[in-house]
Amino acid sequence: MLAHAPALTVLVPLLAAPLSLVFVKSRHCWIFCLLVTCASLVLSSLMLGQILDTGTIIYTMGGWPAPWGIEYRVDLLNGFVLLLVSLLGFIVMMAADSSLEKEIDTDKRKFFYSSYLLCLTGMLGITATGDAFNVFVFLEISSLSTYTLIAMGKDRKALWASYQYLIMGTIGATFILIGIGLMYAMTGTLNMHDLSIRLPEVENTRTVFTAFAFFMVGVCLKLALFPLHLWLPNAYTYAPSIVSALIAATATKVAVYVMLRFVFTIFGIEFSFEHMPLQEVLIALGVAGVLTSSIIAIYQTNLKRLAAYSSVAQVGYMIIGFAIGNVTGLTATILHLFNHALMKGALFLAMAGIMYRLGHVEIKNLQGLGRTMPLTMAAFVVGGLSLIGVPLTVGFVSKWYLVLGIIEQGWWLLAVLVLFGSLLALIYIWRVIEIAYFSPPNASTSQVSEAPAMILIPTWILVLGNIYFGIDTDLTVGITSLAAQSLFGVSP
Amino acid sequence: MLVSLFNYWIVIVLMMMGFYIVISHSNLIKKLLGLSIFQASVFIMYISMGKVEGGTAPILEEGIKTYSNPLPHVLILTAIVVGIATVALGLALVVRIHEAYGTIEENEIQEKDNKSC
Repeated sequence: MLAHAPALTVLVPLLAAPLSLVFVKSRHCWIFCLLVTCASLVLSSLMLGQILDTGTIIYTMGGWPAPWGIEYRVDLLNGFVLLLVSLLGFIVMMAADSSLEKEIDTDKRKFFYSSYLLCLTGMLGITATGDAFNVFVFLEISSLSTYTLIAMGKDRKALWASYQYLIMGTIGATFILIGIGLMYAMTGTLNMHDLSIRLPEVENTRTVFTAFAFFMVGVCLKLALFPLHLWLPNAYTYAPSIVSALIAATATKVAVYVMLRFVFTIFGIEFSFEHMPLQEVLIALGVAGVLTSSIIAIYQTNLKRLAAYSSVAQVGYMIIGFAIGNVTGLTATILHLFNHALMKGALFLAMAGIMYRLGHVEIKNLQGLGRTMPLTMAAFVVGGLSLIGVPLTVGFVSKWYLVLGIIEQGWWLLAVLVLFGSLLALIYIWRVIEIAYFSPPNASTSQVSEAPAMILIPTWILVLGNIYFGIDTDLTVGITSLAAQSLFGVSP
Repeated sequence: MLVSLFNYWIVIVLMMMGFYIVISHSNLIKKLLGLSIFQASVFIMYISMGKVEGGTAPILEEGIKTYSNPLPHVLILTAIVVGIATVALGLALVVRIHEAYGTIEENEIQEKDNKSC
C-alpha cells in the first residue's frame, strides 16, 4: 500500500470526484469527500515520514522506467508541499457543509464537491509529479476546476471574475506549455531529473533563454506575482467562502513550488541567477508587490478583497526570500508557504463564519462583531497578528528567517522595506479590529450569534496551528531548512 | 531562412494574432476565439518540432530508417483536449454572463458593475 502512496495521493481524489456525483443527499456527499481528503492527508503524511527516514521516493507509473515512463519523484520539498495541500484540503472541507448551506443551492452542491476534489487532484498532481508535461496537464485540471468553483459564487460578479481568471490563467498555462516545448526541443526529454542533467549542455542557446522567459512569465501569472495579479482580487472576493479559503491557502503555494522546482532543480541556480537577470527582476517585483498591494489593501471596503490584496503582498515576501539566493532566504520562502497557508486558511474560514451569519463581509458593517461573534473574531485577530508577524505566531517565524536571509546578503535597505511592509499589514488589520471591537453593534450585528460549530472547529484548528508552529518551530524549520539545503546542493 | 522555418513563422504570426484579439476585443466570445488561436499556434509549434526531415510515420517497416518523433503529437493530443475543455468552459461562462448581465461586451459589463458598487 505504502509503496504506491505517491500515485494514490493523487488518484484517490481523482477517482472520488466522479463518484461523489452518485450521492443524492449533499451531506452524504460531504462525508464521503471528507473521508477522501482525509485519506489523501494520511497518505501524504506517511510519505513525508518515509522521506525523512529513507530519502527521496521514486515511483514509476505502470512500471515504465524514466525517462520513457512518467515518474513521480517525491523529495523533502514536494513531500512538504503535498502535506500542506492535503492538510488544508481536509481542514477546509470540514467547514464546507455548514458554509455551503447559505451560499450554494442544494442541487448544485454535489457538483461543487466534485470540482473541489478535482481541484485538489490537480494541485497534488502538480506537486507529486516528476514530469514537466505532467505539470502542465495537472495545472489545467486544477485551473479548470477552480474556474468552475469561482463561478459558483452567489454574486453575478463571480461569473465575470471567473471569466477573467480563465483568460489570464489560460494565457499563463500556454506560456508554460511553450516553455516546456522549447526545453523538449533542445533536450528531447520531459523528465525533470533527466532535464536537469541534459539542460546544462545546451544552456547557452537562445532557445533555452526563450524557454526560461516564457516559463517564468507563465508561472508568475499563476502565482499572482505583482503586476500579474489582476485576476486574483476579484476571484477571491466573489468566490464562495470555502473556495476562497481553499485557493487562498493552496493554489498560489503550489505555483511557487513549481517555480522553485524549475529554477533550482531543472535550470539550476547559476543559470537562473547569473546568466538570467532573475534575481534583480524578482526582487524589484517582490518589493513593489509587497508595498503596493499592502497600500491598496488598506483602502478596501470588502474584507475578502482586503485579504486578497494581502495575499498578493505575501506572495511578494515568498518571491523576495527565494530571489535573495541564499539558504536562509529559501528556507524562509518554503516556511512561508506553509505558514501563509495556515494564516490565510484561518482568516478566510473566519470570514466564511461571518458570511454565514451576516451574508456579507463589508468592513463598515462589522461594527461590534467582536462582542456578538467573539470566537470568530478572535480567530480573525490571531490570523491577522500572524499576518503582521507578531512574535509567538507563525508569521513571525517566517519573517525572521526572511530578514536574516536578507541581512546575510547585507542588503539593509531591502530588510527595512520588508519590515515596512509588515507595518502596512498592521494598519489594514487594525482597521478591521477597530470596527469590530471598538464600536457598538449596529442593528444587524447585534442580532447575530456565533458561527456554527462546523465552521468554528476547522478555523480554530488552523488558529491553534498558527500559535503552535509559532512557538515550537523544530518540525517546520527542520524540514524546510533541509529541503532548502538540498535544493542548493549543500549536503546537511 | 524564411522558407526553411516557414512553420515557425506561421506560429509566431498566429500567436500574435490570437494574443492581440484577446487583448483588444471587448466581445467575450471573440476573446475566447483569440485564446483558441493563441493555443493552436503552440500546438503547431510542438508538431513542427517533432518532424524529422525525410522521416515517415513511426511504424516498424523494412527499409525505412528515419522516423518522425511521435511524442510531440501525443502531447498535443492531450493539450488539444485541454484546449477544448477550456473553450467549452469559457463559452458556458459567457452564456451565464449573458443571462446575468444581458450583454457580452466587456465595457458594458464593467459599466453595470460600477453602477451596482
